[in-house]
Amino acid sequence: MAAEAYIQLDDVSKVYRAKAGQVEACGEINLDIRESEFVAIVGPSGCGKTTILKMVAGLQPRSSGSITVGGRSVDRPQTDLGIVFQDAILLDWRSVLDNVMLQVDIRNLDRATYEPIARHLLELTGLKGFEHHKPFELSGGMRQRVSICRALVHDPPLLLMDEPFGALDALTREQISMDIQRVWMEKRKTALFITHSIPEAVLLADRVVVMSPRPGRIVEIIDIDLPRPRKLDSMPEKFSEYTGRIRSIFKASGVLAMD
Amino acid sequence: MSKLSPLAGILVFLAIWELGVYLFNVPAYLMPPPTAVAKTFVQEFPKLLFHGWVTTYEMLLGYVLAVVIAIPLAIGITSSHRFDRFITPQLLFFQVVPKVAIAPLFLVWFGVGTTPKVLVAFLISFFPIVIDAAVGLRSMSSEMTDLARSMGATRWQLFARFRLPTSLPYLFSGLKVAATLSVAGAVVGEFVGADKGLGYLLLVTNSNMETALMFATIVALTVIGLVFFYVVEFLEAFLIPWHVTHRVREGSGTM
Ligand SMILES: Nc1ncnc2c1ncn2[C@@H]1O[C@H](COP(=O)(O)OP(=O)(O)O)[C@@H](O)[C@H]1O
Ligand SMILES: [Mg+2]
Repeated sequence: MAAEAYIQLDDVSKVYRAKAGQVEACGEINLDIRESEFVAIVGPSGCGKTTILKMVAGLQPRSSGSITVGGRSVDRPQTDLGIVFQDAILLDWRSVLDNVMLQVDIRNLDRATYEPIARHLLELTGLKGFEHHKPFELSGGMRQRVSICRALVHDPPLLLMDEPFGALDALTREQISMDIQRVWMEKRKTALFITHSIPEAVLLADRVVVMSPRPGRIVEIIDIDLPRPRKLDSMPEKFSEYTGRIRSIFKASGVLAMD
Repeated sequence: MSKLSPLAGILVFLAIWELGVYLFNVPAYLMPPPTAVAKTFVQEFPKLLFHGWVTTYEMLLGYVLAVVIAIPLAIGITSSHRFDRFITPQLLFFQVVPKVAIAPLFLVWFGVGTTPKVLVAFLISFFPIVIDAAVGLRSMSSEMTDLARSMGATRWQLFARFRLPTSLPYLFSGLKVAATLSVAGAVVGEFVGADKGLGYLLLVTNSNMETALMFATIVALTVIGLVFFYVVEFLEAFLIPWHVTHRVREGSGTM
């Protein structure tokens, strides 16, 4: 099992040293993610979810433990991946298509090879016809879709998403969840998806990692055994069993009030 | 309609001025009516044009010098902590020293020629450009840095593809402030010692009590400053259309 894991976190912890003192963001993190697996991390705000994602991406050094991706220890920014942040972070001066192609330009990849891929991704996420629009002409949801396309255009083996719907309204969140599922079913990338929404985690993930409040610990890892494609409006009983179970874990750790 | 109102405001102001001069019988050497100023402006136009060009030339040289030195300096300040700590206190020191006080020194060093005026214009427009360029170069979010690093961006790519374009809206606000200040710089330089230029003309008309021509000179200076400001703003619209379009859209409320 351990040998075939694509991402391996062994007893990872992170302590931030700020002026006001030390902040233990998370600790005792043990998690193996298989290739092509979709793993969601749910947890209350401030429990170190972003920190874990940044440590996996090599954008934030860990304080202890070991992280390997594809068998290699992570000790510098990883480039064999695509990241979607909470904000779309588009370049205002580039068109929609060129924002997706930024990934290709920075990596000095061949534009002619990747432009059709970029266009295909834009079509897959409902952005056909907007290729030459500028970011300020788009809604929040459309901007986030562009950033998802940008994270995928170079066909990375790993997709990291940090609360990609955080800033969006409920309807848009649902639509983009469906977009992500569609893209993921087509590409089957290893995906690490961070959210504080329980239904979104259950909807998208093969496994849901439930975390405790800060300092974040993994409380439980739940296998989600639901057929794909999953739809929010036609979910079997089991869907609410899963969300209910996660909810009760949060209640037990005091994150959700008892009702 | 909204485009007309500033013009209407100016017309009302001029009308009150004109009326006031006649009603209270203000002598022309104290306060000429706008019509007299306009007449003088037309009559003395060749003279104003000659001196105006001298001032414009000094202003432009000083401004360009400021841009050429300020931008690389801001890049240095934002890319090296040590350079920042070394240079920023000195910049502040030079900014706090009144330019008007340094101008006579330039006269001693460089004579009555163009150089001291250019230097004062340079000094006066330099600071806002450095400050705003540095703010702009620091304005990139940490997420954008993370994004660039996850793409394997080199230091140069990070600068040229992300940091520099992000800084342009800030840089241009500094460039616009500097544009309005640089005219004043050239005039201050001329006040201290010159034989041509609108600042020189102001001194001459002042001592001759040619108040109408003095007002006409002030009008000419204002026009130069305004035109320069709008040229820079036009450049801004041309170079960073994404920023300007955004601003206009937000302002117009047509969304
Ligand atoms: N750069 C940093 N410096 C100091 N403390 C930080 C930094 N980033 C995050 N933290 C702290 O670490 C904790 C976890 O943060 P984060 O990983 O962003 O949580 P989450 O994404 O789950 O909301 C928080 O208490 C936060 O204040
Ligand atoms: Mg977070």
